[in-house]
Amino acid sequence: MVDQKIQIKHLDFYYGKFQALKEVNLSIPEREITAIIGPSGCGKSTLLRCLNRMNDLVSGAKVEGEVLIDGEDIYQPSTDLVRLRKKVGMVFQRPNPFPISIFDNIAYGPSIHRFAAKKELPGIVEKSLEAVGLWDALKGRLSEHALALSGEQQQRLCIARLLAVEADILLMDEPCSALDPIATERIEELMRKLQKNYTIVIVTHNMQQAARVSSRVAYFYLGELIEFGSTQRIFTTPLRQETEDYITGRFG
Amino acid sequence: MKLGNAKLEEKVVFFFLFLSTLMIVVPVVLVIAVIISRGSSVLNWEFLTAMPRSGMRAGGIFPAIVGTFYLVAGTLIFALPIGIFSAIYLSEYSKRNLLTRIIELAIVNLAGVPSVVYGLFGLGLFVVFLKFGASILAGSLTLAVMVLPVIITASREALQSVPKTFREVSYSLGATKWQTIRHAVLPHALPGILTGAILSLSRAAGETAPILFTVAAFYLPRLPKSVFDQAMALPYHLYVLSTQVPNVRLELQYGTALVLVGLIVGANLIAVVIRSYFRAKKQW
Ligand SMILES: Nc1ncnc2c1ncn2[C@@H]1O[C@H](COP(=O)(O)OP(=O)(O)OP(=O)(O)O)[C@@H](O)[C@H]1O
Ligand SMILES: [Mg+2]
Repeated sequence: MVDQKIQIKHLDFYYGKFQALKEVNLSIPEREITAIIGPSGCGKSTLLRCLNRMNDLVSGAKVEGEVLIDGEDIYQPSTDLVRLRKKVGMVFQRPNPFPISIFDNIAYGPSIHRFAAKKELPGIVEKSLEAVGLWDALKGRLSEHALALSGEQQQRLCIARLLAVEADILLMDEPCSALDPIATERIEELMRKLQKNYTIVIVTHNMQQAARVSSRVAYFYLGELIEFGSTQRIFTTPLRQETEDYITGRFG
Repeated sequence: MKLGNAKLEEKVVFFFLFLSTLMIVVPVVLVIAVIISRGSSVLNWEFLTAMPRSGMRAGGIFPAIVGTFYLVAGTLIFALPIGIFSAIYLSEYSKRNLLTRIIELAIVNLAGVPSVVYGLFGLGLFVVFLKFGASILAGSLTLAVMVLPVIITASREALQSVPKTFREVSYSLGATKWQTIRHAVLPHALPGILTGAILSLSRAAGETAPILFTVAAFYLPRLPKSVFDQAMALPYHLYVLSTQVPNVRLELQYGTALVLVGLIVGANLIAVVIRSYFRAKKQW
């Protein structure tokens, strides 16, 4: 039996009066890649942003239900947001390094959280870049502007930035949608490598991608979880007609 | 319509647009040309570094230059921190409610108040009520109040032009609100804030009315020793030379104007350089 890293129980989410998530129950296993799929506007990003409480920033947002991460309900008043967000890192759709140097991008988290002394920063930067496969290419160029990197490198840098604050869950919201197929393939390879140590939740519109990288798939429609199961089963014998329509492209 | 007509129309429109633009440039060039041609003959080291003599009809304008520098520095010290802090509050912290509406309205109106009214306000509040007397302190504070709305507005725009994603990324890495503002927003807004600050300071350097009752000395051929001293200042000195002192050589007036305009144009150029430097670097 795998450990459940994230347990979502009876989760309802509202933007003001609009209910974006309805009674979601979902358990996400540790050190695996879970893909979230579904048509545009079905609440995939909303769900992801419930897991690191980025939705707190949206005014009028309301959450009901529980989200347990490592057994702790992150919506308790006593939750330490700083600790939560360090642990649950997020990769956005567009690569978004800060317009500063490569080194400073990775050092941003550790220096803000002051868990590293200045002299430890180079070590952290090296380790994080190493883990995302950028170290050999960039070790001599750390002071260069991060926006000078290719899209793929920028996205890797954004992942490295999370590793530097010792995240152990990586939320990825369509991380490859701004990349070409070759770059996409290489990021997927990186994800497979990272899953040995990290729990990854990826939102994707690309069925092949979900099939290639994930071990579990959750299909959402209009804010509801329609079906959840192992990737293989979902793609071969979906239980629900809606799921089958969507993954075979007969949707809509 | 025939194509030939469209072409003609194009030319006519272009001509008038160009003419209007030219009309902006002409006065600027004329003013600067006249000031330079008339004033540059008195411009020498002595003029810049000596005290005025013989009832300001001879000697230099050193104390007025120094006075203006003190006033600008004083304005900077008071207006910049308050301006930046309130811009941060308004752009990052305040909720959209009645109070912020009122504050915004106050800022807009403050920016529209004529400068002589600021002079009277400074006289009433700083000189008389707070008993600072006519002094560098009172003058700087008055100028600071005058430029505050400009600094706030410029800083706020600079803060708001920093993309939302910077904030999101910072929060998602676990930064607190202040850490986010301090490390992910402010550094990227700084060029805009600085340009706004320099432009507003150059305006402060050129104003006469606000310093008239609050600091400016008619004729004070020595340097101020403390912030409670009066001081001469370039714009007021120019006014005095042009209207209050009989038989002054015209060159002296134009020389003073040249120094004042030179300082202001210089400051504005620095602002332009900062802005274009960072605009070229910025890639979002
Ligand atoms: N800040 C917001 N305020 C109000 N409604 C919102 C907000 N953000 C999203 N929504 C709505 O919530 C629903 C779910 O949005 P969400 O972004 O989670 O969808 P998604 O599945 O990620 O879509 P996509 O595939 O297009 O990214 C949509 O109907 C959307 O219009
Ligand atoms: Mg989305």
